[in-house]
Amino acid sequence: MVLLESGFSSPRNDVFPAGLRVLVVDDDPTWLKILEKMLKKCSYEVTTCGLARDALNLLRERKDGYDIVISDVNMPDMDGFKLLEHVGLEMDLPVIMMSVDGETSRVMKGVQHGACDYLLKPIRMKELRNIWQHVFRKKIHEVRDIESLEGIESIQMTRSGCDLFDDGHFLGGDDTTSGRKRKDADNKHEDRDLSDPSSTKKARVIWTVDLHQKFVKAVNQIGFDKVGPKKILDLMNIPRLTRENVASHLQKYRLYLSRLQKESDIKNSFIGMKHSDPPNNSTASFGLHKPSNTMPDDVLNGTYSFPVNNSLVQTVDVKGQGDRHGIASVPVAEPKGALSKDIPDSHKTKSSQMSFDHYSLGSAASGVSFASFGSTTQARYSWTEIPEIQSKVEYEPVQPENGFNQLPLPEPSMIEKEVNRSRTEVKPLFDEYRSNLVGHSSPADLVDLFPGQSKNQTLKNQVFDPISATKSSIKTKDISQNCLADSEFAKRNLNAAGREVTLASLPEDLQIFWLQGDGYPMNIALQNFDFPEYNDPALIDETPFYSYDAPRLDHEHLFDPTEYYAIDQGLFV
Amino acid sequence: MRRQLQTMRKSLFDQGYLDEQFVQLEELQDDANPNFVEEVVTLYYRDSGRIILNIEQALERKPFDFNKLDAYMHQFKGSSSSIGAKKVKAESTLFREYCRSRNGEGCMRTFQQLKKEYATLRRKLEAYFQLARQAGPVETACRPK
Repeated sequence: MVLLESGFSSPRNDVFPAGLRVLVVDDDPTWLKILEKMLKKCSYEVTTCGLARDALNLLRERKDGYDIVISDVNMPDMDGFKLLEHVGLEMDLPVIMMSVDGETSRVMKGVQHGACDYLLKPIRMKELRNIWQHVFRKKIHEVRDIESLEGIESIQMTRSGCDLFDDGHFLGGDDTTSGRKRKDADNKHEDRDLSDPSSTKKARVIWTVDLHQKFVKAVNQIGFDKVGPKKILDLMNIPRLTRENVASHLQKYRLYLSRLQKESDIKNSFIGMKHSDPPNNSTASFGLHKPSNTMPDDVLNGTYSFPVNNSLVQTVDVKGQGDRHGIASVPVAEPKGALSKDIPDSHKTKSSQMSFDHYSLGSAASGVSFASFGSTTQARYSWTEIPEIQSKVEYEPVQPENGFNQLPLPEPSMIEKEVNRSRTEVKPLFDEYRSNLVGHSSPADLVDLFPGQSKNQTLKNQVFDPISATKSSIKTKDISQNCLADSEFAKRNLNAAGREVTLASLPEDLQIFWLQGDGYPMNIALQNFDFPEYNDPALIDETPFYSYDAPRLDHEHLFDPTEYYAIDQGLFV
Repeated sequence: MRRQLQTMRKSLFDQGYLDEQFVQLEELQDDANPNFVEEVVTLYYRDSGRIILNIEQALERKPFDFNKLDAYMHQFKGSSSSIGAKKVKAESTLFREYCRSRNGEGCMRTFQQLKKEYATLRRKLEAYFQLARQAGPVETACRPK
């Protein structure tokens, strides 16, 4: 059950159960009319459907557009039980069956197929009044699933957020770098602790970069709009992974994406940048694909791949977030668009990207002002400076020089080293990353994460010596490569910086990327990120993001550069 | 006229033509849908007429496809339950039982009876609504249970 709605209609949580969004499916027009009237009298929001086929289409189109489904058992085009199965698997919504036939065997069949209730016709108003309990129950169960994760994530988020602010805006410089490092380290440590306790509650799945990538891949394959936990689970084909795991992860992802979206919006408006959504990125390919289409630059790609913290992202509850709407559908688009657009031109439009990044970061970073964000992330951004980064994740946001003026690249030194070129490149990444991150809980985190990543990306292209060499060639074309490079870089950086790769430091770009990439939570820092449904393929492709994906929930590894690197390679290649 | 309406209404219930569901429909009627009950009944007759036709055609094909007949009747019964057509529903249940026991003769007989009840109810409801319209909307809306 979606706690938050998507763009279509949002349940009125404040006056629950009023406003409950009900989808009624019945081939009998008389009953459809009656039920509609009855449900409206209960103050529910009703949508009627005469065919099971239409119902499924509606449900798929509007993910999270409904809270509960009521369906008749006997329908001409599809067996009601079959519909029930589909809905349960794909959308994970509570389904109530109805029939004039109350035979025990039928009722039993309904329950077996997953119906949460079976009503006999003629149906009384009072029976309909109470259907909200099924919605509520599901919500509680889902919340339980993720709350342990979120608990930690939120803590992290808070921390990260604080860090961001504390570190000040990186606009200026790298002074925060060290401070940040420390902070990050602390946070990391704390996070780690946090995550542990939760494990006792239930088997927690650590959304490693790898896992998250698979997740994103599955999501993209299915189609963001059609995605449902069961489908993803099936596609992912990971043993021991449960539907609940996927469901909560998906939720986070969605939130993440929506957050990204929001941030991008903010950023865009703020910066005035226009993010043109990469043509296809948006949705899909989170992280996995190379957004190359839009992102000309690797940077974008790079940023994308910033899965930043897959695990971290957990916290970001992308899903549901109302504001996600924009993002929901295009989670990717948003950040991506923004990012990729901006970033792709990293080389050229660096500045734009920068702004974008800033933007994204800003928005994403809860409260993290973009401006500052830039700074915070900047530390990260210094990725581009790869060499710099190594020392610490805090990359200064890609220096404005590159066009990321907005981004306060704190680590000029680092960046400088890198190469201005790379800087710019990185920036885009960062920006993207940031933007992505922004959506999530702690942009700062993202930033951190990305910095490495983004840097990698850009760096790849240019700066990274080892990587960049390779990357540079890739630059525009193979973001993934960049990602790899970036990821490597990031990894390195991460290692160096420890978990510090806070998103904050990540240039917004990175954040954006991060977010975009399928909301692949930048585990690294973003533990708090929920993956907004960031289907920004473009971004994702860039993936270095993935490499960053620190699947570990326990945040221990926010970025394990080595991991990422490996992952990146695996993924992107 | 109102009293007339009330009497008519009462007899429909007393004679078993309508059940509690009809009252539910009346309760749903409000300012937003002042003719809700009539609309629903009209919809019912239009849609169920189609099913009746299907059953008739199925009964003309020998041997009887009892499964199909049962399915149709299931549909019809569900529809009839929507307006509280008590007698019609009873006949539907009987028909289904005959289908299950593969009693073609029983089916045919029951079906004839069903059609009769179906038509009678329609007549009565039409008269009722006509009177209700003449009596004024207030009347129907404030009908005591």
